[in-house]
Amino acid sequence: MGAELGNYKSCVSARSTDKEILKHAQDGGIVTQLFGFALDEGIIDGAIVAATKEFAAKYPSKVMADNSNFDMIEPWRPIPAIVNTRAEMIAAAGTKYNVSPNVSLIKEATRSFGLDKVGIVGTPCQMQAIRKLQLYPVGARDVGASIALAVGIFCMENFPYQSILQLVEDHAAMKMESVKKMEIGKGKFWVYGKRGQVVQLPLKVTHKYEQPGCKVCLDYVANLGDISTGSVGSPDGWSTVMVRSKIGDSVWAKAMAAGCFETQPIEKVKPGLELVTKLANEKISKNKKNLEERAVFGVGKALRNPYI
Amino acid sequence: MADKITVGYTHLSGCTGCTVALADNYAGLLTLLDKYVDLKYMPTLADARHIQKVDVSFVEGSVCINDKLAVEEIKETREKSAVVVALGGCACYGNITRFSRGGQQNQPAQEAYLPIGDLIKVDVYIPGCAPSPQLIRNVAVAAYLLLKGSPEQKALATAYLKPLMMAADRGTSACFCDLMTNVINQGLCMGCGSCAAACPVRAITHEYGKPQGERDLCIKCGACYNQCPRSWFSFDVVSAYESINETIMAALQ
Repeated sequence: MGAELGNYKSCVSARSTDKEILKHAQDGGIVTQLFGFALDEGIIDGAIVAATKEFAAKYPSKVMADNSNFDMIEPWRPIPAIVNTRAEMIAAAGTKYNVSPNVSLIKEATRSFGLDKVGIVGTPCQMQAIRKLQLYPVGARDVGASIALAVGIFCMENFPYQSILQLVEDHAAMKMESVKKMEIGKGKFWVYGKRGQVVQLPLKVTHKYEQPGCKVCLDYVANLGDISTGSVGSPDGWSTVMVRSKIGDSVWAKAMAAGCFETQPIEKVKPGLELVTKLANEKISKNKKNLEERAVFGVGKALRNPYI
Repeated sequence: MADKITVGYTHLSGCTGCTVALADNYAGLLTLLDKYVDLKYMPTLADARHIQKVDVSFVEGSVCINDKLAVEEIKETREKSAVVVALGGCACYGNITRFSRGGQQNQPAQEAYLPIGDLIKVDVYIPGCAPSPQLIRNVAVAAYLLLKGSPEQKALATAYLKPLMMAADRGTSACFCDLMTNVINQGLCMGCGSCAAACPVRAITHEYGKPQGERDLCIKCGACYNQCPRSWFSFDVVSAYESINETIMAALQ
């Protein structure tokens, strides 16, 4: 206990001061605003984000997806994409709740997309992946030093695409293309329809659809991001922001000085860090137990433990 | 910093891409040679070519077992080096030389190639085709700190090198299939995308957030599996990424 939130230099509750971003954002628009600011300032010259088919149709040169079977890409299926402008960023905003292999573009971003200073947003495991890639660049020549801003998002677990399909179309009885927003909060999975309908599912229903790989994850709040953020701990429409590295500290200070964010001290908001800590502990102890069970899974045979 | 480590470079059946990757550290390589490393022998970059007694030897390429000289050289490398580092996919896993069936001019009878770990004990792997200049640099600095550093530096270097030593113990074959057998089948893949980024031949894409390998394209270099954060991951080392990067960059000033 005590290490569940990782190292951080500062923590606040924040939201973007840009009304246009807030309109499209999942919560406080932190990631979109940070990347928008970093682009304007030349801190990054592009960012890897999770976009969708609509984005790819509008900006085909910004994705690596194979266009030959483009019609087969479903609504809400994430496509890793490179964004270079605020408009592209806003077109890709919002949480998708299923797996987007953003790290798959990290090398290509510095090659065919020509970026020298790459921004990337990702889940805690993706932050682990890029830090491993910086320290042990096995297949990533000249990539590590090009990663100029890594923003991690809080993550309890992720879902395969087909799980989201099952939850939305079976349990919530809505068509994927009619969904405006999905959200996990207040102990429920929420599906908002474009016509205004709202369906809520208890998380008890969603658990069995979680991606198995998430069950060994020991990081809830993206300990290895330069900055990490998520809705948990902050009031509706706001996000909790943890500034972690020297890079993160410098970018956050500049963004604050430029008036990008409105903030409140995390101690002053409800439910605050207490809830973040509680959920982090729940995730970590549950998954540590899973790792222990994996060690005695068979008869004298263990499942592999990736951590050394 | 007069107390340099002695290093050698044995070049077997490899394409010189690993040599180029080492040289691609540019000024960093000059700093390494200036302050930390006494390069005793190396084809291409040094005058002396014959294997000598050294602290650390890097080996590029696999061994053609039909070539007497190559077999002698790998054995002599082992006998004369305290630490043997397999540099690159061919030395570690055979890589593209796994596909050899012989018949090439001007030595058609040279058809059987093995990764060096099948003939000698290897201490450290640097996988990748080609391995990145930065990983070669990091291992070189870590090797120096391990042999000549303060107790804290030794501990840091040991922790850093441990997974690469474990990779050497794990075996001499690699393939995209490792992601299936040791990551996905073990319930560990979370779809980050590292493997697709690492693949030098773009054999890996992602379908619904999981790696999809074009197995006919796979050259068996082992980059995907070793880059995967769920193949091996050390919280102690990776969590200290900022200070380790700073230590390495400071060492190269």
